[in-house]
Amino acid sequence: MSYDLDLSTAWACVIAFAIFAYVVMDGFDLGIGILFPTLKVGPERDAAMNSIAPVWDGNETWLVLGGGGLLAAFPLAYSIILPATYPLIIAMLLGLVFRGVAFEFRWRHAPHRPLWDAAFTIGSVVATLAQGIALGAILQGISVRSDAAAGGWTYAGGWLDWLSPFSLLTGASLLVGYALLGACWLVWKTEASGQAHARRMAFWLAIAMLVALAAVSAATPFLSYAYWRRWFAVPGVFVTAQVPLLVLVTAVLFFRSLARGGERLPFLLALGLFLLGFVGLGVSMYPYIVPQSLTIWQAAAPAQSQVFMLVGAAVIIPTILAYTGWAYWVFRGKVAAEGYH
Amino acid sequence: MLQSLDPVVLARAQFAFTVSFHFIFPAFSIGLASYLLVLESLWLRTGKQLYLDLFRYWVKIFAVAFGMGVVSGIVMSYQFGTNWSVFSAKAGPVIGPIMAYEVLTAFFLEAGFLGVMLFGMKKVGPRLHLLATAMVALGTLISATWIVDANSWMHTPAGFAINAQGQFVPAGSWWPIIFNPSFPYRVVHTVIGAYLTTSLVVGAVGAWHLLRDAGDAHARKMFSMAMWMAALVAPVQIFAGDTQGLNTLQYEPAKIAAMEGHFDSHPHGAPLVLFGIPDPARHRMDHAIEVPKLSSLILKHDLNAPLAGLDAFPANRVPPVSILFWSFRLMVGLGFAMLGLGLWSLWARWRGTLFENRWLQRAAILMGPSGFVAVLAGWVTTEVGRQPWTVYGHLLTAQSHSPLAAPAVAASLTAFVLVYFAAFGAGTWYILRLMARSPDAGEPEPAHMPVRAAGITPAPGVDADGPKVEVHA
Repeated sequence: MSYDLDLSTAWACVIAFAIFAYVVMDGFDLGIGILFPTLKVGPERDAAMNSIAPVWDGNETWLVLGGGGLLAAFPLAYSIILPATYPLIIAMLLGLVFRGVAFEFRWRHAPHRPLWDAAFTIGSVVATLAQGIALGAILQGISVRSDAAAGGWTYAGGWLDWLSPFSLLTGASLLVGYALLGACWLVWKTEASGQAHARRMAFWLAIAMLVALAAVSAATPFLSYAYWRRWFAVPGVFVTAQVPLLVLVTAVLFFRSLARGGERLPFLLALGLFLLGFVGLGVSMYPYIVPQSLTIWQAAAPAQSQVFMLVGAAVIIPTILAYTGWAYWVFRGKVAAEGYH
Repeated sequence: MLQSLDPVVLARAQFAFTVSFHFIFPAFSIGLASYLLVLESLWLRTGKQLYLDLFRYWVKIFAVAFGMGVVSGIVMSYQFGTNWSVFSAKAGPVIGPIMAYEVLTAFFLEAGFLGVMLFGMKKVGPRLHLLATAMVALGTLISATWIVDANSWMHTPAGFAINAQGQFVPAGSWWPIIFNPSFPYRVVHTVIGAYLTTSLVVGAVGAWHLLRDAGDAHARKMFSMAMWMAALVAPVQIFAGDTQGLNTLQYEPAKIAAMEGHFDSHPHGAPLVLFGIPDPARHRMDHAIEVPKLSSLILKHDLNAPLAGLDAFPANRVPPVSILFWSFRLMVGLGFAMLGLGLWSLWARWRGTLFENRWLQRAAILMGPSGFVAVLAGWVTTEVGRQPWTVYGHLLTAQSHSPLAAPAVAASLTAFVLVYFAAFGAGTWYILRLMARSPDAGEPEPAHMPVRAAGITPAPGVDADGPKVEVHA
């Protein structure tokens, strides 16, 4: 059924877009949470918090769209991936609770502020690690079995199958990556000593991020022969080799811009690094949505469900991007540079 | 010990706990968002500072409540997959798109405009700011509509077929799925419940400050507005609840039998059990106080109409009677108490003693949290009443859960309980602190404006009693 194929691919793209939008947007505000302990108590922390307070809620909504979209378009993938990564998802949700409430709570009662600042950091670190480890767990493959009573397939592993050296590596990598985005965001949105501090952090975090990217990239082909073939078989290698090359080019541009006092460009180039990492994941995974087990077509909801939502998504997502862009534009500029009121 | 626990029971406890906690926040923020829109519109139309003061007073409370609603809501969007994966796999093609539309049309709208609503007054000017407030309020209503729609479909599934894999799939048009038989009744009853809940909270806060100073202009205004709302909306809510009951009788008769405490069928008119102690084991109602034939009159508009009792259904297809019997009575009792408060306020208003009647104000304070209790009791009534099904008549709860071991579910349930009580307990305390402060003339904006100059310490008004600059050892 060729039109099924098109719909499922379209939905895979929509969900990939939602996840990337989430990683981009919540990535930098989780990164600020990760870096929070390194910021000076007082104006430096307040400015960092204020730079994301108006937008964090919208940023996190992309995570809900990723989950909701997966349930709607690929219900079987949703019903397999979530039990397979159960403790990680729960840890992520609880981490997001702590950091989410900290935005308001830290202002409500000054004696409690150190407590909520700590909750903000711990919540951000836990949520990031959980997301990163879950990514590794999905990449390394999830065991499923056929089960007629569960809609076709069901998760066949235990509740700690996700734990492996590889998944811990991806967890640590994402921590470094989000911290880099956070540091670059602060370079863009703050000035003076806070900015100088952020710039120094961005330099070291970028080095760490490149090491992490290299490590994950080197380890992935050894997870399964399918990944190996995808990346190294001729002639595909001529296409896939462009990904690491572009990473190299982006990294050079990044360090040059950082050294020359660039303010917005380092953030955009760091996003570029994320995009390339994301493309790399896509190269590895496609067309599987539960790697090595279920393709996007096997996990797909029926065409009526996918069409019904795709029509709405095609109209509404651009609208969302428009007003989200407007909200960012309203709060443009240096967070600390403007006068009070 | 954990191994002996049933993972299905644990998963149900977890869902009930997380959704009940979550429901508290939207029940408040749906009404509060609309109230804020009214206040800001009145300010723009009349130019009276009083309305702006009230807006700024309540928007700070809104920000705290909304934040808690967001994070507890994200949890819900994943609970279906983590703990109810078979339900997700089977009902996903129907439920999923409805919830995805909620995200697309409501969550983004709320979140996208919330930043401007909270922090952007000086940046965008009053008119665009009013638009942002309106979008947030609209978002909360759209959100309620979609999520109640998805929930309604689980009670009164319609418009579906079952495919070869055993999944619920749309049979054709989405129209009968979205407008499933109980949806209109539920959404009206739920949204009015949220409005009523908010008005009782606002009324209680107004009354609290009136008891301290009967001349407090801000407190008078909010108390008056809240009492109008309670007086006008409580009777509408009782009517809306009644129509939903009639709808439930048609589609989920076992739920009604349990709510009414009718163990036996009544072929010649069923009595209304005002009070009693249900004894499900022996299948009877102890110490019952009944009004003969009234239940048939309410539900069938005929004193002698026959009404099925629980004995008309297979024993393993009826919901737990005791829970429903009590939660339903709690909800209805509070509903009539709200009506009483509203009528009392009308009488006091007519007598010209609205702001001086201290007993009325004490009653309003007492009734402040009653909306939350009623909303939760109603939620328990309808959801427990759907048991033993997740999709009524088609998918059993016992066949809907994830393939998870009991220790995993028990550990996560424990973590949710600890985290929710810590985080949301603190949040509730902050909200009460904000409420305890009387709104001033010239109420400051939410103080942590992300627009202030570098080096300036957090603006005054952040903390009523805390130090302005932190001192760290």
